[in-house]
Amino acid sequence: MTEKKIRVLVAKPGLDGHDRGAKVVARALRDAGMEVIYTGLRQTPEMIAEAALQEDVDVVGLSILSGAHMALTPRLLELLKINGQSHVKIFIGGIIPDEDLHRLKEMGVTGVYGPGASTEDIIRDVRLAVAG
Amino acid sequence: MTYSQAVLNGDRLALTRLLTQVENDMPDGRAALIELFPHTGKAHLIGVTGSPGTGKSSLVNQLALYYRKTENKRVAIVAVDPSSPFTGGAVLGDRVRMRDLAGDTGVFIRSMATRGSLGGLAQSTANMVQVFDAAGFDVIIIETVGAGQSEVDVARLAHTTLVVEAPGLGDDIQAIKAGILEIADILVVNKADRPGVENTEKALKSMLELAHPAARIFQHHGSSMRIAAPAQESSSKLTWIPPIQRTVSTEGKGIVELTQAIARHVAHLTQSGDWAVRERARLEVELDALIREELVSRFRRDVPQKQYENMLEKIIQREMSPGEAVKLLMNGRLK
Repeated sequence: MTEKKIRVLVAKPGLDGHDRGAKVVARALRDAGMEVIYTGLRQTPEMIAEAALQEDVDVVGLSILSGAHMALTPRLLELLKINGQSHVKIFIGGIIPDEDLHRLKEMGVTGVYGPGASTEDIIRDVRLAVAG
Repeated sequence: MTYSQAVLNGDRLALTRLLTQVENDMPDGRAALIELFPHTGKAHLIGVTGSPGTGKSSLVNQLALYYRKTENKRVAIVAVDPSSPFTGGAVLGDRVRMRDLAGDTGVFIRSMATRGSLGGLAQSTANMVQVFDAAGFDVIIIETVGAGQSEVDVARLAHTTLVVEAPGLGDDIQAIKAGILEIADILVVNKADRPGVENTEKALKSMLELAHPAARIFQHHGSSMRIAAPAQESSSKLTWIPPIQRTVSTEGKGIVELTQAIARHVAHLTQSGDWAVRERARLEVELDALIREELVSRFRRDVPQKQYENMLEKIIQREMSPGEAVKLLMNGRLK
């Protein structure tokens, strides 16, 4: 029997094409021993929810630099719920104004990481979130 | 309701959960595999393998699109990527090239890491394929990086194996080294819009002639053979000569021709009886693997770890050979 690996979907919703942050995080999580499924650019919440279902992931990491986080995040949470995957944790990286932090956390987002965030913090938080 | 019932009813959440159970070899997964087995054996399994960077994922994307749109078949994809040998982690990026399939519920893509297990990878892939087969997917595409023996084993699961090459990726010796040409039912030269495509094709052709001596005679003396040999020779022998197909998967070029070649291969398998032969070989390998696994776990259960370590110590001290130790350990268990 193999030890259950943490599976993370790293997705880039919306229309901006800056995926460097997403790739850095994907790589950091891989180096922490996790299995990271990377979807690439310009994903809709529907595509992300479908990928999360097919891959049976524990966590979804969203990289959003377009300012559309307050539209994309609730939609994704709703779709995950419809699919029976409300146990899946979400974290967000990108440019998120301070005033939105509280509301995102209220929705159930486990972590929000801006420029300069440490990958060690992200890894620790992902592990904690999966452990429940 | 059990996993297997839910999967048979088309429950996608149950399907994805069961795939995880099966991949991790959990008790629920094992139980479900037993229940699902009678429902397997209907899907066409296509293996796609080749060196990194030959465009396998894009090709799989195009094939799946074709089977969805033109033949309205349900398609499952098992995309295997390597785990890091140091951290055990993996970045599975095949979905990036399969964007066109997103949002179609008739396609189910599952990424899988090799997890460093040698024989285990083929086994867990086989089990995941069985789940998809039972769930009613018509075509199951298994994509692996053709870099080592375990990938070759995975490709052997398939009824039809495509080996993908691309121009300008190292010299033709690479293909022999990898040892994957022999398993090819169809050779695909992808990225065929690139310079050097003729050379790649030529190299593959000459390599094929080495791997299939019968094919060489046939090709070199094709017309004279047909005159000399009795007519039944060609119809009864039914040797399959792997065709070489050119594709440009980013533009969808050559895909229809490739699917026609795949269809011809399926027809060949059925007419020649090779389909049954392959099924038999595949299931035999699976049975053998399971027996081996069970015997090893019985052995570990019955022989105390201490005894095993004592033997190992004696072997290290050159007081006993590994062969003698095995005899002693096994007989000790049988007494």
